[in-house]
Amino acid sequence: MPSPRYHREIPARYRLEAGRCTGCGKVAYPVRMVCPHCRGREFEALRLTPTGRVITSTVVHVPPDEFLNEAPYAMAIVETPEGARFMTQVVDCDPSEVGPGMDVELEFRLIRKEGQSGILCYGHKGVPAGVG
Amino acid sequence: MREVAIIGTGMTSFGELWGQSLRGLFVEAALGAMETAGADTLDSIYVGNMSAGLFVGQEHLGPLMADHLGMRGVPATRIESACASGGMAIRSAFFEVASGASDLVLAAGVEKMNDGADVTGVLATASDQEEEVYYGITFPGLYAMIARAHMAAHGTTEEDLSWVSVKAHRNGAKNPKAQFRRVMSLEDVMGSSMVAEPLRLLHCSPVTDGAAAVLLCPLDRAKEFTDRPVKILASGAATSTLSLAQRPDPSHLDVVELSGKRAYEMAGLGPDQIDLAEIHDCFAISEICCVESLGFMEPGKGGEGAREGITDLGGRIPVNVSGGLKSKGHPVGATGVAQAVTVVEQLRGEAGELQVEGARIGMAQNMGGSGASSVVHIFQGA
Amino acid sequence: MPGIVGYGAFIPRNRIRSEEIARQWGKDPATIQRGLLLEEKSVPGLDEDTITISVAAGRAALARSGIDPQKVGALYIGSESHPYAVKPSGTVVLEALGLGPDIHVADFEFACKAGTEAMSVALAMVESGRAEYAMGIGADTSQGAPNDALEFSASAGGAAYIFGKTDLLVEVLHTYSYTSDTPDFWRREGEFYPRHGGRFTGEPAYFHHVMSATKGILDRSGHKPSDFRYAVFHMPNGKFPLTAGKKMGFTQAQMEQGWVVNLMGNTYSGSSPTGLAAVLDIADPDDLILITSFGSGAGSDSFILRATDLLPERQGLAPAVRSMLDGPRKYLTYGQYAKLREKIVLNH
Repeated sequence: MPSPRYHREIPARYRLEAGRCTGCGKVAYPVRMVCPHCRGREFEALRLTPTGRVITSTVVHVPPDEFLNEAPYAMAIVETPEGARFMTQVVDCDPSEVGPGMDVELEFRLIRKEGQSGILCYGHKGVPAGVG
Repeated sequence: MREVAIIGTGMTSFGELWGQSLRGLFVEAALGAMETAGADTLDSIYVGNMSAGLFVGQEHLGPLMADHLGMRGVPATRIESACASGGMAIRSAFFEVASGASDLVLAAGVEKMNDGADVTGVLATASDQEEEVYYGITFPGLYAMIARAHMAAHGTTEEDLSWVSVKAHRNGAKNPKAQFRRVMSLEDVMGSSMVAEPLRLLHCSPVTDGAAAVLLCPLDRAKEFTDRPVKILASGAATSTLSLAQRPDPSHLDVVELSGKRAYEMAGLGPDQIDLAEIHDCFAISEICCVESLGFMEPGKGGEGAREGITDLGGRIPVNVSGGLKSKGHPVGATGVAQAVTVVEQLRGEAGELQVEGARIGMAQNMGGSGASSVVHIFQGA
Repeated sequence: MPGIVGYGAFIPRNRIRSEEIARQWGKDPATIQRGLLLEEKSVPGLDEDTITISVAAGRAALARSGIDPQKVGALYIGSESHPYAVKPSGTVVLEALGLGPDIHVADFEFACKAGTEAMSVALAMVESGRAEYAMGIGADTSQGAPNDALEFSASAGGAAYIFGKTDLLVEVLHTYSYTSDTPDFWRREGEFYPRHGGRFTGEPAYFHHVMSATKGILDRSGHKPSDFRYAVFHMPNGKFPLTAGKKMGFTQAQMEQGWVVNLMGNTYSGSSPTGLAAVLDIADPDDLILITSFGSGAGSDSFILRATDLLPERQGLAPAVRSMLDGPRKYLTYGQYAKLREKIVLNH
């Protein structure tokens, strides 16, 4: 992954920075220029609460090369209290435990490595709520 | 707008075609379309292709293919919409003819997937790089999430999914161009290895090389080329979010519903009047979701389609009599055009063992990504 | 007098029992447990490293402190397993914690002592007035070579300390460091596993420096061992800290709470800092606390601390060390452990 592309995503990935549309109140995560719901162009900055609920999920058994040794792993669409949804792994539990309705906390983790000598890429993953 | 007809079709076999190159596949299918029409000129060419750049390092397919087809000088460009590239190429060709700008326009889709590229990685470019792929999701993983959401919302079962694959292979076994011509049992499907829960290997379409082509011309000139033209009644298309997390309801392919609605409106008819449909079954769950979104089955009831024989050859609405993407194969950019080729052959009564009796109106629905783009064409036999 | 305004720790949730490691190498588990006093240790996941552990500990420290992260003027992270050989852990951690960009950042290395070094320098930044608040973190995911004694203890975890001048949870009363060149344990550039001098790591290295630093701080402060409610020493295994402590006149009762190694293993730069966090989790106002770290190479940092009236109300604002040790966790087989610790050679 080229560094500039990674660097631009740091606010969203490291700090869960999002934007609430001042027109319709819906939250865009990551931030965008145009609200997909009302086409508004003004947003108020906010940081998502690092907790969420699983909307749907799967367990990946055949992974992409970069995730070879992590398989099988659970991936889920997680919704935060602000109504923002994003997709990430859910870890520190048996993947089969992950399902719709599960409450998770979001922890800072290493998401991927760019091969042997490339940069390390971080972000948030879900862990079962209450396990911390 | 003028009325538009398809006057010729061409298609290569689908499979692991080690001896054939990207350009070779294109030319074979394109020549087929031109020769069946007896046409020897073209006004314009649309090449449907998802990712020759990543699969074989080749962009700029318009001029390359025009040249290799012996059509140097003819305007040509590539149309890309991930797995819906083929259908979108037909749509572009349709409007160019309908507008009166051109008469003879070729829409041909081609994909060469088996030349050593990291197929999983390339296919993942159809989904959101920053929001989905970054975290480790795969294409099957996205559809697996859709399946899980559909199962949670509607009680669809793994068996329902598996019947879709069984039907696909039962049909594909009779399709001489199909990649897999072997009948599969329910046990075969449900016993295959897990890819992303709940989708197993035999719920997923394969990696395929292939090409397909259709030649369009204005309906009022069709008789110069064929006595059995097939009219394109409608083209409807739509987009939705790339990222599944941003989709309002992960169990509902809203893009298919919207593209279907637009096509039905343009054609002035509804699902009950469709005699057969070639639907985008990249994974078994997508056929289930699409038959619902296209109005062939009630929302939530799509799982009954294959299980109860409703979507069988001989059923109320035959879906994927060609074997679908599952059994026929899924050379990504070619699929949308191959679907049209099947429908055209059916409407011309040329489908042999797989013929839907009395087929007059057919549909082809082609989808990109995890439900980010969809294009629906409705055809009518003479 | 500046002190600690926030503290936090993080221990990964995977574990491996020493008897499982012993079984792998054909050693007698009872002998290991008797000799090293180790039951189990923490193991980081493939997605955990010094950076992620530092972020978790740092978030907990910020939560307990209640301060505006933007006021942290310095961040230091001590580790012997920084994820990059060149590129600081501190920059990733600062972005994740919402600190900076008006901040001074440095990564420290001094084997197991790098954590208390980070703390010492953070303290000095506040003391000198260069920063209103400064954070020092000790965290590690160190490797133990397969079939080596250190494989039983090398573990993962860490703790973060925020220093400031007001609203202290813990006062820092005295500090003292004792350092010499003693090559007891090292890792050359490019090597995957460290090496050590066997029994040389004992008396001339660990014991000499821990006891010299402790004696030094007691002399300079005029305190004696019985003055302290709690004492925390670096924990390379279960035995050494208890032996050293007893030799110096500290009791089991004083050392117990901070003696986390039997369940956690030796988290190297995170070892005594995490032991200290375990003590702070239960300390009462006015409790006197001694902590002496040890880093191979070699040296020790000592601190004398006193809990304030503010500590009790902040303890509960983030997870306690003992609740993480006893909390939800997964026990691994040796094979799973080897995979997670990347000890298995892969085809690249």
